[in-house]
Amino acid sequence: MDSSLSELGEYISAKLPEAVQSVESSFGELTLNVTTDSIVEVARLLRDDNQCQFSCIIDICGVDYPQRVDRFDVVYHFLSPTQNLRIRVKLKTDEDTPVPSICEVYPGADWFEREAYDMYGILFVNHPDLRRLLTDYGFEGFPLRKDFPLTGFVEVRYNEELQRVVYEPVKLTQEFRSFDYLSPWEGTDYVLPGDEKAQG
Amino acid sequence: MSEAQLRNFNINFGPQHPAAHGVLRLVLELDGEVVERVDPHVGLLHRGTEKLIEHKTYLQAVPYFDRLDYVAPMNQEHAFALAVERLLGITVPKRGQLIRVLYSEIGRILNHLLNVTTQAMDVGALTPPLWGFEEREKLMIFYERACGARMHAAYVRPGGVHQDLAPELIDDIEAWCDPFLDVLDDIEGLLTDNRIFKQRNVDIATVKLEDAWAWGFSGVMVRGSGAKWDLRKSQPYECYDELEFDIAIGKNGDCYDRYLVRMEEMRQSVKIMKQCIDLLRSPDGQGPISSVDGKIVPPKRGEMKQSMEGLIHHFKLYTEGYKVPEGEVYAAVEAPKGEFGVYLVSDGSNKPYRCKIRAPGFAHMSAMDFLSRGHMLADVSAIIGTLDIVFGEVDR
Repeated sequence: MDSSLSELGEYISAKLPEAVQSVESSFGELTLNVTTDSIVEVARLLRDDNQCQFSCIIDICGVDYPQRVDRFDVVYHFLSPTQNLRIRVKLKTDEDTPVPSICEVYPGADWFEREAYDMYGILFVNHPDLRRLLTDYGFEGFPLRKDFPLTGFVEVRYNEELQRVVYEPVKLTQEFRSFDYLSPWEGTDYVLPGDEKAQG
Repeated sequence: MSEAQLRNFNINFGPQHPAAHGVLRLVLELDGEVVERVDPHVGLLHRGTEKLIEHKTYLQAVPYFDRLDYVAPMNQEHAFALAVERLLGITVPKRGQLIRVLYSEIGRILNHLLNVTTQAMDVGALTPPLWGFEEREKLMIFYERACGARMHAAYVRPGGVHQDLAPELIDDIEAWCDPFLDVLDDIEGLLTDNRIFKQRNVDIATVKLEDAWAWGFSGVMVRGSGAKWDLRKSQPYECYDELEFDIAIGKNGDCYDRYLVRMEEMRQSVKIMKQCIDLLRSPDGQGPISSVDGKIVPPKRGEMKQSMEGLIHHFKLYTEGYKVPEGEVYAAVEAPKGEFGVYLVSDGSNKPYRCKIRAPGFAHMSAMDFLSRGHMLADVSAIIGTLDIVFGEVDR
């Protein structure tokens, strides 16, 4: 399984040398890191090439790494039912750089891209209908970003006087408690005052 | 003769409609009674599961998976458990695997019973849900006897399953199997040759196989279109490769074929359950039900009271949890609705960095416009039924 996967990875990177930046294989899964602009080309090759035949789109999702310059990963998963293989394609982008949509290659990408936009604010160009999908009508912000608080900003309740649902800033009797469960005995990386003398 | 002013008709279907199978709002554009365009508005049940999981330890994340597809809860937990186990590099003992398979198949029957019978109700039949729900009730009692909860099981956990099955429970599951096949025959007698049922389902929402793949379909939705594809066979997990069962596939890819595939899958599930029961009683199927090295699965309470090491493990695993090595995996199971996958990114800490849930219903729902275009308004409810939608997993 692993050798055939890495062979496939080499084959694809030989076909599209400019697009594929690196090929990784871990946990028996193949990952291609590609440039942002080339995703449509890569998707088309994956679908149409005889050695690939990744005809099924499984998933598209975003991952947020706020400390990076290009903070988002967009992760695509494809499945080849004829070859019985899976592949993961990753590319990097930020809040402003749009990613080409692959809806024309895989119609099923439509909602997955809308979801990535809704949750992370990742922009897709050439998408037929890039609207929010899962969040409320009129929602602001991108909830799955790491800097979005877990409890959100607004809460709703039914107002008896106004006879409608009203939005209010979220009020909690107790803040969400995020415990640092990690053991203090392992992996401390701070220096106790005075210890630097012993190091020197 | 002056030209008449013609205008398409827009209607809102749902979100409170019995045939919407939950909270689905469809904006339908109709030309007379023919559907021109469908715009599904989903997300009314969005609870931010993925965000919540990022703030919980791996063990605390398990119960969220019950609340996705609440028709067959354990199948979802199973996908998450497989993903975590692959990152940790552990294998589950044989008895744990058998229990997982047994309950996955119970989940499959739970799901198909609900789907087949309520789809029949959407097209006008009232008796099948009454008969089907009687059997579902019995299966939910098996859930309850295994884990204490009828729906929200939290039973399949990374490393194995939570607790062992009592021998009487295994006997009762076995005793349930054969009478259930008769119930299936009865339900099939109501539907398969029923003239109205066929008129409402044959040649409705026909999907060609290439389209099915390109739209990201999986499970019954591709098997109904003739794909010999089932993750239990093609990418076997647990002990499915040692069990004997057949894959039912359809020929025409319409609603009726998908109904037939689901009926046959239930029979095959019973076959798998019987094999699991035999194996659970054999010497091969004895032994621990979850990983025993103590670093992943907390010890039982009795052991915790007796042993110092058990006490430490119990405390550490229920507060801090275990750390999962850095990396990313995609693990998928053949859930009753299709391929349910979990894409898990770990940064080496005790909480998932990212947990993307790939729900089969989401991809199926996204093709609603493609499937309904050109059909009659009355067919929309038959199509929603055949897609096997549960909003817990579509909206997450």
